[in-house]
Amino acid sequence: MQINFKELTILELFNNYPYARDFFSENFIPIEGLEHLTIDEALENIDEDIIEDRAINIEVFKVHLLEYIEMMKSFYTDEAIEAHNITILPGFYKDGSKENYDELEIKSGEIICIVGPTGSGKSRLLADIEWAANKDTPTKRTVLINGKTLETKERFSASNKLVAQLSQNMNFVMDLTVEEFLDLHASSRLVENKDDIIKNIFDKANDLAGETFKLDTPITSLSGGQSRALMIADTAILSKSPIVLIDEIENAGIDRKKALELLVSEEKIVLMSTHDPILALMGDKRIIINNGGIDKIVDTSDEERNILHKLEKLDKIMFNMRNKLRYGKKLEFEEEIENA
Amino acid sequence: MDFITISGPPSSGKTSVIIKTIDNLIRRGVKVGVVKFDCLYTDDDILYEKIGVPVKKGLSGSLCPDHYFISNVEEVVQWGQAKGLDLLITESAGLCNRCSPYVKEIKAICVIDNLSGINTPKKIGPMLKSADIVVITKGDIVSQAEREVFAMKVQSVNPKATIMHINGLNGQGAYELSTLIYDEKANIKTLEGSKLRFSMPSALCSYCTGETRIGKAHQLGNVRKIDLGNYNAN
Ligand SMILES: Nc1ncnc2c1ncn2[C@@H]1O[C@H](COP(=O)(O)OP(=O)(O)O)[C@@H](O)[C@H]1O
Ligand SMILES: [Mg+2]
Repeated sequence: MQINFKELTILELFNNYPYARDFFSENFIPIEGLEHLTIDEALENIDEDIIEDRAINIEVFKVHLLEYIEMMKSFYTDEAIEAHNITILPGFYKDGSKENYDELEIKSGEIICIVGPTGSGKSRLLADIEWAANKDTPTKRTVLINGKTLETKERFSASNKLVAQLSQNMNFVMDLTVEEFLDLHASSRLVENKDDIIKNIFDKANDLAGETFKLDTPITSLSGGQSRALMIADTAILSKSPIVLIDEIENAGIDRKKALELLVSEEKIVLMSTHDPILALMGDKRIIINNGGIDKIVDTSDEERNILHKLEKLDKIMFNMRNKLRYGKKLEFEEEIENA
Repeated sequence: MDFITISGPPSSGKTSVIIKTIDNLIRRGVKVGVVKFDCLYTDDDILYEKIGVPVKKGLSGSLCPDHYFISNVEEVVQWGQAKGLDLLITESAGLCNRCSPYVKEIKAICVIDNLSGINTPKKIGPMLKSADIVVITKGDIVSQAEREVFAMKVQSVNPKATIMHINGLNGQGAYELSTLIYDEKANIKTLEGSKLRFSMPSALCSYCTGETRIGKAHQLGNVRKIDLGNYNAN
């Protein structure tokens, strides 16, 4: 990029890179009335007192300005990092012995479950993927994205973008309505058809949530199930990250099957650490972790899928029972079994 | 010896992040020591003692904590060397958004948390804007979208920084941070002659020097008055 601070005027800068104007105001640099000057001249013209008062460092600002413009250009032009597949190459168990598999390839649109006792290394595996491990994590695994290791710089700048996370503990904290919140997120992602996207996320989220909510509902007053439905729909549709890591999201109060279908339909790679048999059987494969290593990789078999149907029935029974309880009805087991 | 300065608003999770990071460094055989700077009170030194690293604390008391920090940093570096450390870490609470303790050529890390509100990155001055690495904590309890928006706000005030999300509770991300902050080839012997990244305010007013009485008669030196506009008594 050629930005010559000695030649380009502020006005020309703003015309070429409209977002540069925000960068001046975000950094409290008063530029009004100086637009006709070159960038260098304008910056030299800023009052010493203002510079001291607002803790401005012109040299740092100039470096940051170039960096910011570079960054914004990449936001506009870059398509999301695409991860068509990830490959995990074996590392070592906690005791130092080698993991016993050749390689594990995961393609976009696949759902992989990760199971294993507490402390066995499930979260570590998710973190290896998040940081695109290159033999430099405690497991010494290698994670390839589209068949390649990432450069250090890519790993640490990409880490924000490669992976989106969802977990049981997450809550909304901002004081915004559903609509304002989605608007804020869509704006920060600089998407074009913002209104359509907001509407789409809202509809999908309501479809996942048991109880419906409105656009003007404050996000902090959504129920647990509604929050998670909104988080999942938002992550599926608006998050740039091609990989979604779900860490233990049991009893979500949402339609879990639809939620996974939504993520997968957006071509995400979904990895889910779980102990819930229904979720585990919804996966294409499951990875069994023990002592820090990948012990086994099991494809979900047809027989297991049959069990899934039965489990879903049981789940439905529990769901109906809970509702009956909530509305003061009498609980009768036989009747529920017949209805299911 | 390598040396890094870590700073961030109170309660942003500095100590947890540092402790989880040190865990990983110790496992790799790196000898780490910490000096904790605070204003009136801290018991973080006990937490560091618990994990068995040499630790000292400095309380600035009636002085500006960042001024106090920079007046003592050379002594601290000498202490670290005498202790035979591979890596010296200073932790200081950024209490004022105008100052920051970062020194040129010394790695500077700012820790802020997702709960602090999306306008916070804009409000924090040099402490955030001139850091090399920005660690964002408490991402495990907010939504993915809020995390993305917050990181974007940080990036827009410090586009050069490496941004890392670290969970101070379970240490996720701390391993990765430990690989970024420690350079075994670094050989820092003294800060004599080194410079601050950012000048601290030069102003001095009566209250800086201990004045307690209120009113014009007692205000000397650098006095600035609030602008309340023109108004009539009613
Ligand atoms: N292969 C390994 N080698 C060394 N340490 C490991 C390995 N796998 C996991 N660990 C460590 O073991 C601890 C527990 O792992 P974690 O992933 O949190 O377990 P889980 O999520 O299954 O409860 C973590 O500190 C992790 O870094
Ligand atoms: Mg875990």
